[in-house]
Amino acid sequence: MSKAEIDFPPKGGFSFDLCKRNEMLIKKGVQPPSYRKTGTTIVGLIFQYCGFHSTFLEMLIGCLTKNFKEGGKTEDGVILGADTRATAGTIVCDKNCEKIHYMAPNIYCCGAGTAANTEAVTDMVSSQLQLHRYHTGCESRVITALMLLKSPLFNYQGYVQAALVLGGVDVTGPHLHTIYPHGLTDTLPFATMGSGSLAAMTVFESKYREGLTRDEGIQLVTEAICSGIFNDLGSGSNVDVCVITKGHKDYLRNHLLPNPRSYISPKGFLFPKKTGIDKFFGY
Amino acid sequence: YPYVTGTSVVGVKYKDGILMASDMGASYGSTLRYKSVERMKPIGKHSLLGASGEISDFQEILRYLDELILYDNMWDDGNSLGPKEVHSYLTRVMYNRRNKFNPLWNSLVLGGVKNGKKYLGTVSMIGVHFEDNHVATGFGNHLARPILREEWREDLSYEDGVKLLEKCMRVLLYRDRSAVNKIQIAKITEEGVSISKPYSLRTFWEFNAFRNPTVGAEGSW
Repeated sequence: MSKAEIDFPPKGGFSFDLCKRNEMLIKKGVQPPSYRKTGTTIVGLIFQYCGFHSTFLEMLIGCLTKNFKEGGKTEDGVILGADTRATAGTIVCDKNCEKIHYMAPNIYCCGAGTAANTEAVTDMVSSQLQLHRYHTGCESRVITALMLLKSPLFNYQGYVQAALVLGGVDVTGPHLHTIYPHGLTDTLPFATMGSGSLAAMTVFESKYREGLTRDEGIQLVTEAICSGIFNDLGSGSNVDVCVITKGHKDYLRNHLLPNPRSYISPKGFLFPKKTGIDKFFGY
Repeated sequence: YPYVTGTSVVGVKYKDGILMASDMGASYGSTLRYKSVERMKPIGKHSLLGASGEISDFQEILRYLDELILYDNMWDDGNSLGPKEVHSYLTRVMYNRRNKFNPLWNSLVLGGVKNGKKYLGTVSMIGVHFEDNHVATGFGNHLARPILREEWREDLSYEDGVKLLEKCMRVLLYRDRSAVNKIQIAKITEEGVSISKPYSLRTFWEFNAFRNPTVGAEGSW
């Protein structure tokens, strides 16, 4: 029988045991490791057409006739977009990373900020939502995900640097929320986060209008992300888009590749003969 | 450090010359203190200067430029300082002040037309200067530059130029906390400078989705 040492029960929160040692190392000149960040552009958009009253008469008429022709069918949903660049300091460490994370079949979340934080937080909440779905037997609601994301971020007082754009369609309709690292949330028809948020917000503020159709929405979101990609140094590479409508979602990975590699060597890449591999995965 | 600051200035080259827009606000920290400050002034016969940043430093710069233009007129040689020369002078002044650790806390936009050649340049408070087809200072760097990059064309007409600038100023009004809804548009062509009367932009705040954003998601905000 081994005498097991009774450890202290694990306490929540951060453990600051290594702080003194880190300070000593820094004084001696050892560089602290930089963490992987997604300096980013992420956007979200709610599109609804033929949905509701509007203040301009011509729009109202347009909506009504459409309603008649299609037998009252309306299309509502949320479109999320993100770029695909992950940076570690000033180096791009991942040219094609996935920033649109899965939360539930009807809810997706874009994450900006420290990549590890966004991944961990969304994974955690995604599994909590799955358990909740097993308990209740119903489709998850977006506000559930919102509360589950908000609380730990607030508890960590902003030290968990995760800025998220959460979007989904549930029984109550399409929803789009932004969540800031300190735990503040916003419910908006269009939203942007990340370092490229200003450039993308520019596009939204000038071109957003009510009653966008799905294709117009995708177009607007891609334009906003492209604006972030080309005008912000922390964003780049390709555009990912995710369209969520009632009961259906379209994850358009690499929907647009505006930065193709222009100079490719025609010979491809050959390993030297003595390298011990039987196949080489060309290029 | 700046006390009374003006927000952004946006300038574009168009078919006949230069168009510049700025709002008329000056903030004292987080208070919008002055709402009728003209932040664009004509310099000599050929140039137009717009400034963002510390207003008192802008007035000082105007004094320097007054002196410069005066001396130039006193030569009375039929030649007058064009925008390129004034830009160069301003660059030297700003850079020198920064080297003495006493910068003039401004970002300047200088535009003008001389002998048919259009010139639009910018100088920042640390002396960074360059010339381009469209420039923006302050928040305009982040908010207006993407629009200008997408939509600027070589031969904009006057109306199109004004519409483009208004688009930029509208986004700035929505998203910059120190912007006021009272803007001026200044035009400079071979004939001369004209600064419009101040007017306000039409803004749209009636998006339905903003009226009641939490419909269906009661409890969130």
